[in-house]
Amino acid sequence: MNPSALKIKEVHPDAVLSEKTAFGELTVEIDKAKIFEICQFVRDEPSLHFDMITDICSVDFPNETPRFEVIYQLYSVEKNHRVRLKARVSEEDCAIDSVVGVWKGANFLEREVYDMMGIRFNHHPDLRRILMPEDYDEGYPLRKDFPVEGRGWRDNFENLSED
Amino acid sequence: MADFQEESIGLDHYGNDDFEAGLAEGKPLKRVEDLLLNMGPQHPSTHGVLRIVLDLEGETIVKATPHLGYLHRGVEKLAENSTYTQIIPLTDRLDYTCSMTNNYAFVRAVEKLLQIEIPERAEYIRTIVAEMQRLAGHLFWLGTQALDIGAMTVFFYTFREREVLLDLFELLCGARLTMSYYRVGGVDRELTQEIIDRLYKFLETFPDKVTEYNTLLETNRIWIGRTRDVALITAEDAVSFGLTGPPLRGSGVNYDVRKAEPYGVYDKLDWEVPLGKNCDTYDRYWIRIEEMRQSASIIKQCLDRLPSGPIITDLPQIAYPPRDKIQTDMESLIHHFMIATQGFKVPEGEIYCGTEVPKGELGFYILSQGGNRPYRLRIRPPSFIHMGAFDHMAKGYMIADIVTIFGTYDIVMGECDR
Repeated sequence: MNPSALKIKEVHPDAVLSEKTAFGELTVEIDKAKIFEICQFVRDEPSLHFDMITDICSVDFPNETPRFEVIYQLYSVEKNHRVRLKARVSEEDCAIDSVVGVWKGANFLEREVYDMMGIRFNHHPDLRRILMPEDYDEGYPLRKDFPVEGRGWRDNFENLSED
Repeated sequence: MADFQEESIGLDHYGNDDFEAGLAEGKPLKRVEDLLLNMGPQHPSTHGVLRIVLDLEGETIVKATPHLGYLHRGVEKLAENSTYTQIIPLTDRLDYTCSMTNNYAFVRAVEKLLQIEIPERAEYIRTIVAEMQRLAGHLFWLGTQALDIGAMTVFFYTFREREVLLDLFELLCGARLTMSYYRVGGVDRELTQEIIDRLYKFLETFPDKVTEYNTLLETNRIWIGRTRDVALITAEDAVSFGLTGPPLRGSGVNYDVRKAEPYGVYDKLDWEVPLGKNCDTYDRYWIRIEEMRQSASIIKQCLDRLPSGPIITDLPQIAYPPRDKIQTDMESLIHHFMIATQGFKVPEGEIYCGTEVPKGELGFYILSQGGNRPYRLRIRPPSFIHMGAFDHMAKGYMIADIVTIFGTYDIVMGECDR
């Protein structure tokens, strides 16, 4: 088992749902309720020291429950190692705790996840749409059920090719 | 600078209620109101379409709120519906001033997922071309940043050298801006002897040219006045915000993907990562100047050692057959057609792969479910993440500094908004 995963599991045994190493990258799946706690832990623990937030993104699996997955890519400048944390978010309770208190860079990244996938972040200081217009009400573009061409005036016309 | 907000600007500060109350008491009063100023979306210094709403107290910035998304084209959504080869041209349009390095970042991510070996000559060519692009990118930055701040001459000087590089790109792949030169498994075309000769000739004079730009700016009082101690960020904050590239190294944090997780042939070459210590725009300028010198040295070392051999992998399921075979052999024609129309299959899995581009770390997270298209492709754009620190870095500065603060990240909105 990877030493980073071992350390997280040792201190927070009930928060780690699974872990795997593939393509030389460590992925740890975390219980959604514990995400803030774990993020704070991996930043402050001297042997891990994940002080840089590389990325936050989300994936939509429409046929699975819970439906969404929020993915955190972390990097440690001092130790030069990476980890990927994951947390599953269901469609009914589409919210997860914000980690802006842990890494300042999470602010814009979480706003983008909210904008593109519709996952809300609890305790986020400024949760607004970021890339789409603020009054955009056609849904969340990166969800799999959102058409590539977008919604809008096209939907008002019959699709001739279907006849 | 930081404790500006707590201090008043020397005038009595009253809200509206206090003003009325003060009048009733007969106090002599001056009323100070915050000014809300809209900047953009069309502004020459934003290098794209970016709107900033500035809260001002006099001329001093209290809060800067960026409104992004004017250039949003949904690249991530488009990528989910394209084959891996079709995504390469999409990456050109991210940071359109440095399309070569974007292509490189993407094909590296796919190769990591495919776990394939790249021929040695291809690795050398990729490194050479990526560093040429870094030179072009930094030249572009230097010229436009100086132009924004008010020094016009530098722009003409840097674009003279950039033009030589773009001509070489044109010779190499036929395009000057949106190149799509990299392929999964190698590169598209051979680095010919003519290009090598012209590149050697360019490198002979280039270090002197860098010195020339430096003489224009290094001790220039206006340049120093407008970049020294502007857009400060501490090393700790820079890491916490996720800054990468020159903005991070300007604060003295030694993180360069080329050194931390070497790729290409960077680990076989002799070069250094310049680090700043004053955390300001001037240090970032110095870093980019020094990186240009390092890049020139990297290109020269690569050219000296350039091995012969194939420029693309020979795996038939990924690479096209050779051109002359396509024109003479039926099987090869069918093979070419199959790859061109259906793409190639990528095994199931997920990877994150970061590459050092002129702006910082451009990362691709690819989640594949085994098909010829990614299930999810996430781009980690350095410009977008740098914009997250914009408010933090702009607070307390004068309104005239705002163009310097844009420029300090080397921001390109095509990449920021995707």
